[in-house]
Amino acid sequence: MPSISRDEVAHLAKLARLAVTEDELDLFAGQLDVILQSVASVGDIATADIPPTSHAVPLTNVFREDVVRPSLGQQQALSGAPEAEDGRFRVPRILGEEA
Amino acid sequence: MTNDLIHATAAELAAKIHSGEVTSVEVTQAHLDRIAETDGKVNAFLHVDTQGALAQARRVDEAVKAGEQVSPLAGVPLALKDVMTTEGVPTTVGSKILEGWLPPYDATVTRKLKEAGVVILGKTNMDEFAMGSSTENSAYGPTHNPWDLDRIPGGSGGGSSAALAALQAPLAIGTDTGGSIRQPGAVTGTVGVKPTYGGVSRYGLVAFSSSLDQAGPCARTVLDAALLHEVIAGYDHMDSTSINAPVPPVVAAAREGLSGDLSGLRIGVVTQFSGEGYQQGVLRSFEAAVSQLKELGAEIADVSCPSFDYALPAYYLIAPSECSSNLARFDAMRYGLRVGDDGTRSTEEVMSLTREAGFGPEVKRRIMIGTYALSSGYYDAYYGSAQKVRTLITQDFAKAFENFDVLISPTTPTTAFKIGERANDPMAMYKADLCTIPANLAGTPAMSVPSGLSDEDGLPVGLQIMAPALQDHRMYRVAAAYEAARGAFGGPSL
Repeated sequence: MPSISRDEVAHLAKLARLAVTEDELDLFAGQLDVILQSVASVGDIATADIPPTSHAVPLTNVFREDVVRPSLGQQQALSGAPEAEDGRFRVPRILGEEA
Repeated sequence: MTNDLIHATAAELAAKIHSGEVTSVEVTQAHLDRIAETDGKVNAFLHVDTQGALAQARRVDEAVKAGEQVSPLAGVPLALKDVMTTEGVPTTVGSKILEGWLPPYDATVTRKLKEAGVVILGKTNMDEFAMGSSTENSAYGPTHNPWDLDRIPGGSGGGSSAALAALQAPLAIGTDTGGSIRQPGAVTGTVGVKPTYGGVSRYGLVAFSSSLDQAGPCARTVLDAALLHEVIAGYDHMDSTSINAPVPPVVAAAREGLSGDLSGLRIGVVTQFSGEGYQQGVLRSFEAAVSQLKELGAEIADVSCPSFDYALPAYYLIAPSECSSNLARFDAMRYGLRVGDDGTRSTEEVMSLTREAGFGPEVKRRIMIGTYALSSGYYDAYYGSAQKVRTLITQDFAKAFENFDVLISPTTPTTAFKIGERANDPMAMYKADLCTIPANLAGTPAMSVPSGLSDEDGLPVGLQIMAPALQDHRMYRVAAAYEAARGAFGGPSL
C-alpha cells in the first residue's frame, strides 16, 4: 500500500472542504499513514469471489402514497440559518465577479 | 427520601409514581438536584432542561391523579444523548459546528419518549459526532467516569453511561455505531443495548455512519433497559431502513430471565476475543461469568469466528467512508456555524473555513480517511475490501448461530483507561471497540451487562451477549438471569 504524503493530505483536505493548517498537515500525514497501513489488512482476506455487503439489511425502495403531509414551514426551516433574507437562505457568492 | 429516589430502578420509580406514592415532580427534582450536586465533577450533561423536565413531570402527575392509564415508564427521568434532535432544545452532537442550534423538529426516539411520558432531564455529552471511545473528543470537555474521575467513561456515549453510574438518571439513550452504547456501559458498570439494526428509528439521529448507527436503551438493570427498549423501538416510515416487524418481546424475556433458569440454552464463547491485549482482570471476570451461566443450566462451548480479527480494520474504512459523505451536509449554508463570510470570500472558501473551525481533529481525520478510501484508484483496495470483510463477518455469525442461541465475550479488552492516555494514538483508542464492532457490521443485536469489578483495579467489567437479528429478547433473557445470579457489586462514591 502506498504511504500517504503531506501533499496528499493537503489534496484530501481540499476535496473534503477542510482549510487545514500547516501544523495539522504534519500531524495528519503521520496519523493517516499509520491508520491506513493498519486497516489495509482487509485486503488479506477479501478475495475476488466474495460479494460485498453495503448494508446489513437488504435494502429495497420504500414507497408511499403521494399525499401532502405536515412538514416544516418556511420560518422553521430558516430558523437555524446562519443568514436568511427574503424568506431564503443567504449564501456567499457562488459565481466569479465577471459572471 | 431523595437518596431512595436516585438509587431506585426505573421500574420501581414507575410503580411508585403510578400508585401515587410519590410524584414524578418529586422524582424529577431529586435527579435534577443530584445533577446540580455532581455534574461539576462528572460533566455528563451538555444541557439540563429543568423547565421542560418539570413540565413533563407535572403532566404525568396530573394524568395519574385523574386516574388515567399511563404508559409503563411515564414520569421516570431519562438522560438523552445529544445526538438526538429535540425541538427547541439545543442539540450539538458534541461539536462546535452545531453550537447554539435549536432543532425545528424532534427525532422519532425523542417523540416516542415524550409520548410515553418519559421525563427528559437534558442532553448528554459525547465524542464529537459519536466518533470516539472515551468522550474526550467532545468539543465541550471530557466526561469523567464516576468510578474514578481521572478515567474515561467510555465513548461515544460516555455522558449517558456516566449519568447512570452517577445516579443522575435511572435511564438513558445512547447510539451505537461500533460500540458506543456497550463500551461505555462496560466501563461504567451499567447496562447498554444495541438493538437489531433497523429496530429503532434513525430519524432525527444526527448521522455518522448510516449503515451502522443504531440507537438503544441504557440503564442500571436489564429489566429497565427492556422497558425502555419497548418505548423507543418499532417501525417508522420516516426511516427507510426501519424494520417493518413486531418489536421483539424484550420485557417478557427479561422477566422470564429473572427466574434464573437457562437450562438447555446453548452459549458460544467467541475465541477471537481473548489473549494478547486483554487485561487479566477482565478475562478473570469473564471466566467467572461463564461459570455462573453454566450453573444456571446453560451449555457453553467455544466457537471460532476467524473473520472477526478483521472487523476493526473493516470498520475503520466503512465508518469513515460513510461519515465523509454524511458530514458533507455541514456546509455552513442552512444551519450551524458559518465562518469567514466577509463579503469577499466564495461559498467554497466559507465552507472550508467553517468546517476547519467547527470540526475537531478526530472528525477531520475520519473525513479524510473516508475521502481517501472512496477515491478512485483506492476504492477497491480499501472500501471494496472492507465490504467483503463485512460479508465474511455476517457469514461467521450465521454459522455460529447454527449451533448456539447466543454468543458471549468480554465487552471491552480493558477496564476504563486514564483520560489522556490514548488521546494521541488513534489506533490504540480504536482498539477499545475490538469486541463490539462485529455486531454493528452484521446488524445483529448485542448488549453489555456488568460482570462485576476487575480484581486488579476495582473497576467495572462488561459481559457482552450477542444474538441473531430480531432475536433481541434472547440476550435480555440471558442477561437478566445472569444479573440475578451475579448479585450487587456496589457503586461509585461521588
